Amino acid sequence: MLKIKDLKASIDGKEILKGLNLEVKPGEVHAVMGPNGAGKSTLSAVIAGKDTFEVTEGTIEFQGEIINELAPEDRAHKGIFMSFQHPVEIPGVTVTNFIKASVNAKRAAEGKEDLTPGEMLKLIKEKAAMLELDRKFLSRSLNQGFSGGEKKRNEIFQMAVLEPTLAILDETDSGLDIDALRIVANGVNNLKSPNRSAIVITHYQRLLDYIVPDFVHVLFEGRIVKTGGKELAMKLEEKGYDWIKEELKANN
Amino acid sequence: MAKKEEGKVIDELTSSEYKYGFVTEIESDTFAKGLSEDVIKAISAKKEEPEWLLEWRLNAYKAWKTMEEPNWAHVDYPTPDFQDISYYSAPKPKPELESLDEVDPELLDTFSRLGISLDEQKRLSGVAVAVDIVMDSVSVKTTFKDTLAKKGIIFMSISEAIKEHPELVRKHLGSVVPVKDNFYSALNSAVFTDGSFCYIPEGVLCPMELSTYFRINESGTGQFERTLVIADKGARVSYLEGCTAPQRDENQLHAAVVELIALEDAEIKYSTVQNWYPGSKEGKGGVFNFVTKRAVAEKNAKISWTQVETGSAVTWKYPSTVLKGDGAIGEFYSIAVTNNFQQADTGTKMIHLGNNTKSTIISKGISAGKSQNSYRGLVKIAPNAKNARNFSQCDSLLMGDTCGAHTFPYIEAKNSSSHIEHEATTSKISEDQLFYCNQRGIDTEKAVALIVNGFGKEVLNKLPMEFAVEAQKLLEISLEGSVG
Ligand SMILES: Nc1ncnc2c1ncn2[C@@H]1O[C@H](COP(=O)(O)OP(=O)(O)O)[C@@H](O)[C@H]1O
Ligand SMILES: [Mg+2]
Repeated sequence: MLKIKDLKASIDGKEILKGLNLEVKPGEVHAVMGPNGAGKSTLSAVIAGKDTFEVTEGTIEFQGEIINELAPEDRAHKGIFMSFQHPVEIPGVTVTNFIKASVNAKRAAEGKEDLTPGEMLKLIKEKAAMLELDRKFLSRSLNQGFSGGEKKRNEIFQMAVLEPTLAILDETDSGLDIDALRIVANGVNNLKSPNRSAIVITHYQRLLDYIVPDFVHVLFEGRIVKTGGKELAMKLEEKGYDWIKEELKANN
Repeated sequence: MAKKEEGKVIDELTSSEYKYGFVTEIESDTFAKGLSEDVIKAISAKKEEPEWLLEWRLNAYKAWKTMEEPNWAHVDYPTPDFQDISYYSAPKPKPELESLDEVDPELLDTFSRLGISLDEQKRLSGVAVAVDIVMDSVSVKTTFKDTLAKKGIIFMSISEAIKEHPELVRKHLGSVVPVKDNFYSALNSAVFTDGSFCYIPEGVLCPMELSTYFRINESGTGQFERTLVIADKGARVSYLEGCTAPQRDENQLHAAVVELIALEDAEIKYSTVQNWYPGSKEGKGGVFNFVTKRAVAEKNAKISWTQVETGSAVTWKYPSTVLKGDGAIGEFYSIAVTNNFQQADTGTKMIHLGNNTKSTIISKGISAGKSQNSYRGLVKIAPNAKNARNFSQCDSLLMGDTCGAHTFPYIEAKNSSSHIEHEATTSKISEDQLFYCNQRGIDTEKAVALIVNGFGKEVLNKLPMEFAVEAQKLLEISLEGSVG
């Protein structure tokens, strides 16, 4: 599904990803943890194709194709979805209008007709119900005045509608109360299938109680420095990252 | 978005085409260039006008000769050479048409390319639209006239109205925009050739949208139309005008005057979709759009101006409302888009004379390319207008860093019981917004359109339903490729 090899990426000449390797196979859930500033959001953005970051070395392969040069919208059409850590506001564009534009853009790329208003409405209603978003919410301006939890639920709502092949969740759990966390996790789990994968970036092991990862990676200073199972997440939450730093020092 | 990408997208902008730039090869009757008393007499004779109107024109001409072209607006252009303009041009044969079959096929083709259906059966969203079409100097077709006449509604070209309803025209012409109001209103009064006239009798709610399409076709001509809309007591009407012109290297002058009169309890909604040729990407050619629009609202009457301005090289236009009667309401909703070398100085005046009068101003300016976009507005509260209220909101959206947005709000409140609120914002489309849209599969062009439509939503929502979609598409075309 996704093969990242020796990836280096920088912004304004500052190298952030320093030779990162990661492989995600179909059906797998990978958790990525790591201290603030390690490069987790950068990794998501680079996979999604944000061109303010310059990829200086390495390759990103998605479903057998090197996508380094692909525009972000083309990557989205191929099934890559990213739930933003900080979703942006778009005044005057409603939640409904936005998802409509998104769905139809993807369909157009696949050579399909727009969904009819009836089909669109049905799809939106169904997914909104799953994320417990009401009708009033759907006609609000995108992310404007949303609470932290509403923003994240809206991200997962969009994901549920778009049904991506690879979902990258960047700290989707941060700032969620326990109910919202359950709703969000439910949205993610509903998408689980043998041919879909997810990368879940988080600081908290509690999310991983709901979304159970196959692998847990530690991202530190632009590299994946440790990989383990679910127990690694528990250890990290308990002990922090200092022991990882120690280990790294010892190995060098 | 990275610099190289941005450059590429801005380059693409220059390839966006003006869709209405074609010329219709149609035989026309066009006066030689130049302006004099004789030319005015000839226009009046051509139109078989009554003596009073010729006199009115000649007086306007006399006044105009003593006036100077205004230069206070934030726009920069060469003063038109008024002797280098032809003041009358009409498609031949003189169209006194009984049915569509008599319309020149070339003309019909023009209209279909303009997206105007002359098919009287055509209904959009179940709402019928009556259309009057003014090409160069004359009105060529008014639809639904008979249906409207049954309700006592008069909707025809102003030339016809002068013949058929001289008393109404004579009473109201120049009553809202006096001849000497400004340089261009005086010029228009001297040389206006056609336009629309509309009268809604007391208590009548006009059952359909009335609309006029203005088209400049001939080269070297000016367009000076005159529109007069009167809503009698308790009457209600929604009126829409659309404008296009061929693509030419020369600047063409358009100097219209629009007067609206809403008597007690009446309501007029006047919408404009202005898409005159904006000039080339290098700033060559384009229409000079110098327009005076004003309304008078009597007791408890309501005037609502909505405009979507995407065309013209230079625009100078302030649809205004005199809130004369107690409880009168004035609204102004505007989206002005400028791109490339376009310049727009537009806004409104709300003159509160009555007690408890209320006005709302929502202005959305979108600037791209090397354009200049100014909002200029005046809110004036007369000394004895008690409890007047105004709310103004002026938002600017900038694309790239070579354009300009300016706001000139003037407030003259002479009554202490008035309540005035003014809000202004300036924003840019951010890289993060574009990336967010891109990540959801929406390409940059579509993302810009989406964001711009969101920005202008409060105004677009005020347009009659049938035209809102058209206006959205127009915004999209006007801004194709302009991202910053
Ligand atoms: N747009 C940017 N401009 C400059 N530096 C950035 C930018 N985005 C991220 N960085 C830097 O890259 C590093 C990694 O950031 P980020 O990927 O957001 O980390 P994380 O998500 O793991 O907390 C940080 O040092 C951060 O300051
Ligand atoms: Mg982050």
